[in-house]
Amino acid sequence: MSLTLTPALQTPRPHLRTTSLLRSEWTKMRSVRSTMWTLVAMAIVVIGISVIGCLAITNSWATMSLGNRLSFNPTGFALKGIVFSQLVIGVLGVLVMSAEYGTGTIRATLTAIPNRPRVLAMKAVVFAAVSLVVGEVLSFGAFFVGQALLRSPAPHATLSQPGVLRAVVGGGLVIMVLGLFALGLATIIRHSAGAITSYVGTILVAPIIIQALPSSIGHPLMRFMPFQITNVMTSTNPSNDIGSAFSPWVGFSLLCLYAAIALVVAGVMMVRRDA
Amino acid sequence: MIEVRGVTKRYKEKVAVKDLSFEVKQGVVTGFLGPNGSGKSTTMRMIVGLDAPDEGTATINGKSYADLGVPLREVGALLEAKAIHPGRSAFNHLWYLAQSNDIPRSRVDTVLDMVGLSDVARKRAGKFSLGMGQRLGIAAALLGDPGVLLFDEPINGLDPEGILWVRNLLKGLASEGRTVFVSSHLMSEMALTADYLVVIGRGELISSGSVSDFINESSGQFVRVRSPQAEQLATLLTGFDAVVVREDDGALAVSRLSAEAIGTYAGDAGIRLFELSPQRASLEDAFMELTRDSVEFHGHGTQSAPTNDTELLAQSVTSGK
Ligand SMILES: Nc1ncnc2c1ncn2[C@@H]1O[C@H](COP(=O)(O)OP(=O)(O)O)[C@@H](O)[C@H]1O
Ligand SMILES: [Mg+2]
Repeated sequence: MSLTLTPALQTPRPHLRTTSLLRSEWTKMRSVRSTMWTLVAMAIVVIGISVIGCLAITNSWATMSLGNRLSFNPTGFALKGIVFSQLVIGVLGVLVMSAEYGTGTIRATLTAIPNRPRVLAMKAVVFAAVSLVVGEVLSFGAFFVGQALLRSPAPHATLSQPGVLRAVVGGGLVIMVLGLFALGLATIIRHSAGAITSYVGTILVAPIIIQALPSSIGHPLMRFMPFQITNVMTSTNPSNDIGSAFSPWVGFSLLCLYAAIALVVAGVMMVRRDA
Repeated sequence: MIEVRGVTKRYKEKVAVKDLSFEVKQGVVTGFLGPNGSGKSTTMRMIVGLDAPDEGTATINGKSYADLGVPLREVGALLEAKAIHPGRSAFNHLWYLAQSNDIPRSRVDTVLDMVGLSDVARKRAGKFSLGMGQRLGIAAALLGDPGVLLFDEPINGLDPEGILWVRNLLKGLASEGRTVFVSSHLMSEMALTADYLVVIGRGELISSGSVSDFINESSGQFVRVRSPQAEQLATLLTGFDAVVVREDDGALAVSRLSAEAIGTYAGDAGIRLFELSPQRASLEDAFMELTRDSVEFHGHGTQSAPTNDTELLAQSVTSGK
């Protein structure tokens, strides 16, 4: 090969390159404001809840009941925001895809990249990377900020205590996987409102319905709920804190399976339907 | 070169395109002409692989769209104005497309310049007028410097200056040897821009061929004649096998005889002529004539004015036409 630079337009490669497609998706994601705003909203929720909660505990520890003091879990408490951020990451996961359909951008995208499963896969990879980084930064951030604000006599946690590192790392992981699940839903449903509604239905409404069922039916079902899986994953001592549950990593595998199913169905439907 | 072979597309009950076949050659502008709702956009979406035909095939340079290795370098398409995220800038819209197909950043600036959007390249596309959105769509089509170009109603929303610009752009692209396929529902526009025409109505091919053939075949030529002895002249010319029609202002529209012949016969018979002017039915008339049977809705005076084509079509369908 000569080292002369020739204009790329004159020397087309025969195929689209994965690195180029990933870069393209990243440009698409970072070039709309909604991405930034949802991530900021998520940071406020996760860090804010940890700050407010831990300050309150420090201030009221002296007057708390013995039962409350005994059941206080400094890790789980600092990570409470993760539970709420499930909704925010769901909105982002939905918007990344539904905005393409809603605005017609998908037609431009698919004329540039006709292989539809590949478009979905590239988007999923870029979205997974962004949400994992943001999720871990926020989860660790919430943990450390929270522990720094917990003053004795209130107890605080360190990463070396049993289950703590898994809970903190797990906070970032569930954020990523839930976002991917939302991305899959949005590709299937194609409309922002519809996709967000079904996501919220799965995450928040389904557990409420299950709770309303007779416990003989509801109790065994509860551990399959993404909401329950997230609770378990971000708790240091799930068997104490939470009733019906799979162990953290079994639950997490199940969550990954949900996201994978949503994405595979999404890919098949993308191929079958007109753009 | 674009080849469409026996393509049929149904949306539920509605047949949008029916057994349509045609070719689009390189080096000329081929116009895709048909009334609103006749299936032009649907056909173009099938050519670029966005909609799948129920029957038949559409190929570009012998390959189906999905088999093009680096599509934007071979095909550029303007499908609908503003298929663009309103929150994304014009530059970023083009940049993500360019990145996916390994098109250098400098080319993004070049096409922005070509369509005259350089100054607003960093502005959010949601603030763009219809015409600016259309220009951005054209920039996206030109991005990969492709040999095959499709433009769906490119002059929609453009001012007269913009229309002239598009017309020259299309001709220039064709003269560089590219394949240029452009749709319109306006015959007059196609007559100025296109060399060849593919005419469809209700999803079916009505005619295809060069623009001049189309005009000659479908538009009756006639001679407009005014005379103080109109009755006498009409009788005379009918005797020479002419078809004579009296127009509203008293003039005669004479077909099947040339102006020279009419002048000679009238002179020989001592009939005075005040006007003797060869006419050609307007292109718009020719188009109307050709597609009359295929226009789905002719307008019923009593109905409230429909707001768009879809509604027009819906009405014609529900009224069992
Ligand atoms: N996605 C769709 N779903 C249902 N009907 C459609 C769709 N796209 C087009 N049609 C119908 O197909 C016909 C052709 O439409 P179109 O291709 O847009 O025509 P044109 O571009 O010539 O105006 C119309 O009757 C239209 O209503
Ligand atoms: Mg159209």
